[in-house]
Amino acid sequence: MNHYLHFVRVDENKCMGRMKCMRVCPTQAIRVRGGKAKIDDEKCIDCGECITSCPSGAIYPLTDPFGELTRFRHTVAVPSPALYAQFGQKITPGKILNGLRKLGFDDAYDLALSCGEVSFALLEYLRENSETKPLIINTCPTVVRLIQVKYPSLINHITPIDIPREIAAREVKQRKSKQYGLEEKEIGAFYITPCPAKMISIKQPAEKEKSYLDGAISISDIYGPLLATMENIDNEESDESIDNLCILGLGWAMAGGISRTLKLKNSLTVSGLPEILKVFDDMERGSLQHIDFIEAYSCPQGCIGGSLTVENLYISYNKILRLIEELELKKIKRCPDAKEVRKKYSEGYFFKKHQLRPRPLKPLNDDLTKAIKKRKEIEKIYEKLPKIDCGACGSPTCEAFAEDVVKKESSLLDCVFMLPKKLRDLSKELSELLNKTKSINETGQNNNKSEAKGKKK
Amino acid sequence: MTEKENVLTREFEIKGKDFSRAGNISSKIKEILQETGISNSIIRRAAIATYEAELNVVMYANKGILYFTLDPDSIRLKIDDEGRGIKDISLAMKEGYSTATEEYREMGFGAGMGLPNIKKNADKFKISSILGKGTSLEIFFFLNNSGAS
Repeated sequence: MNHYLHFVRVDENKCMGRMKCMRVCPTQAIRVRGGKAKIDDEKCIDCGECITSCPSGAIYPLTDPFGELTRFRHTVAVPSPALYAQFGQKITPGKILNGLRKLGFDDAYDLALSCGEVSFALLEYLRENSETKPLIINTCPTVVRLIQVKYPSLINHITPIDIPREIAAREVKQRKSKQYGLEEKEIGAFYITPCPAKMISIKQPAEKEKSYLDGAISISDIYGPLLATMENIDNEESDESIDNLCILGLGWAMAGGISRTLKLKNSLTVSGLPEILKVFDDMERGSLQHIDFIEAYSCPQGCIGGSLTVENLYISYNKILRLIEELELKKIKRCPDAKEVRKKYSEGYFFKKHQLRPRPLKPLNDDLTKAIKKRKEIEKIYEKLPKIDCGACGSPTCEAFAEDVVKKESSLLDCVFMLPKKLRDLSKELSELLNKTKSINETGQNNNKSEAKGKKK
Repeated sequence: MTEKENVLTREFEIKGKDFSRAGNISSKIKEILQETGISNSIIRRAAIATYEAELNVVMYANKGILYFTLDPDSIRLKIDDEGRGIKDISLAMKEGYSTATEEYREMGFGAGMGLPNIKKNADKFKISSILGKGTSLEIFFFLNNSGAS
């Protein structure tokens, strides 16, 4: 039935029906039925808020196990720049990449370089498309899905430039297959991910084209083994200087980083889903037309705040910021050649092959007349409800509950406020009924008596 | 009776000077339209027009009521406010013309685009005003002809 793949799962043995997930879900995709959380595939945008909020640890993302690596002849790790922020100041990106190689990958690729390329490409695109203001960066898969589901009218504001991790994987496969005489499918590119949403974007890209990445391993899964491996690496063995880092690429790890490193003059940065909803609401009403570019990340402070990261996100933010500041002061900047990027850009190298389409929720009914009737029914039920959004019924708000009742997914009696009322009504009815039968009986008895008297005569 | 069954009506109150809530009605109406399966392009136009109309009441009137009607053929918004009214409607319909105070402009409002913007987004637009009493707007979106997108 369902055609959307999701990588968020509920462990029913652990779920205690505590409803935290139901309350934080930004698209109201969760209901608690029979004491267990259920996720609606149509509405889920894989943001991972439920994973973070679950006090029982019952909601978990499906990530690829390390065993997946053996499927390929040659494996490459492509870590999100957010990984660089997970370790102390002394552990440089060079050392981290080296650690990944020791850990079992045949190679590790510095994604910051591809990010840098895409930053330049983005600059070109912004220049050419100033009439579609503001443009929204597509790096956060949750934001892209949120727009597909909840803000379909904003879809043409999303940048069509492919994301760095995809471009990196494509490039790595081409290069490695030449280098080792292997077929591209024999090379496995694995993304080291800060969030579950990117995992889904690999298994099922929003545009329904195939991803160049073969899997994703979470930062939290690799953190322990990687740290242990790095302890055994001599400092001389790996590149300890940060001169080889692309400053533009580092910006992709944190909210506001792209705009800062590209020195964009008129951009807006927003992170965290509730805040994003506010900004997109404003945008939909047409009040953000004076802004050129929006960086929106579902996780607080950007990818470094992902639910699969380990380090405190503010410390991570500080580390990335310090790296950027240090590089800003240095004269040498190892970034992609802007001229070359422009050439590739004009050849279409950076563009996605498929167009992004909206994914609007199913209306109450395909027939407008029937849909209006249903909506009226919902409002009628809603009027009867206490409107305090207690959630005890298993739906996140009274309004959502009214909708669930009309869709016959809930019964009105699931509302704890409706049940006593119903009982009260019933008992009133019952007592009235009792009174009635009593009076009937009494008059009946009188009749009997008079009859009896009559007989005696 | 059957005619009324497929007409959805809602009333929303708007308070003058209540900027923090400007936009709430627009969001609510967007939600209703999404649930009933109205096309995205119409939803967007209706959301913009509603927001501008809300803002006009918030900025220039003491209070107002927005009547929303949805039937299988059209969306109708009627906004009646009690306020200062408009002296010269043809002037007010000109882009860039505004009677907003310096303070409003500082806040990014009152660029003189409100009414023209409503008209631009609507399929049909009516306006009437009595100076010193208030303004009445009627905004229509037709669902059949400009349908799918």
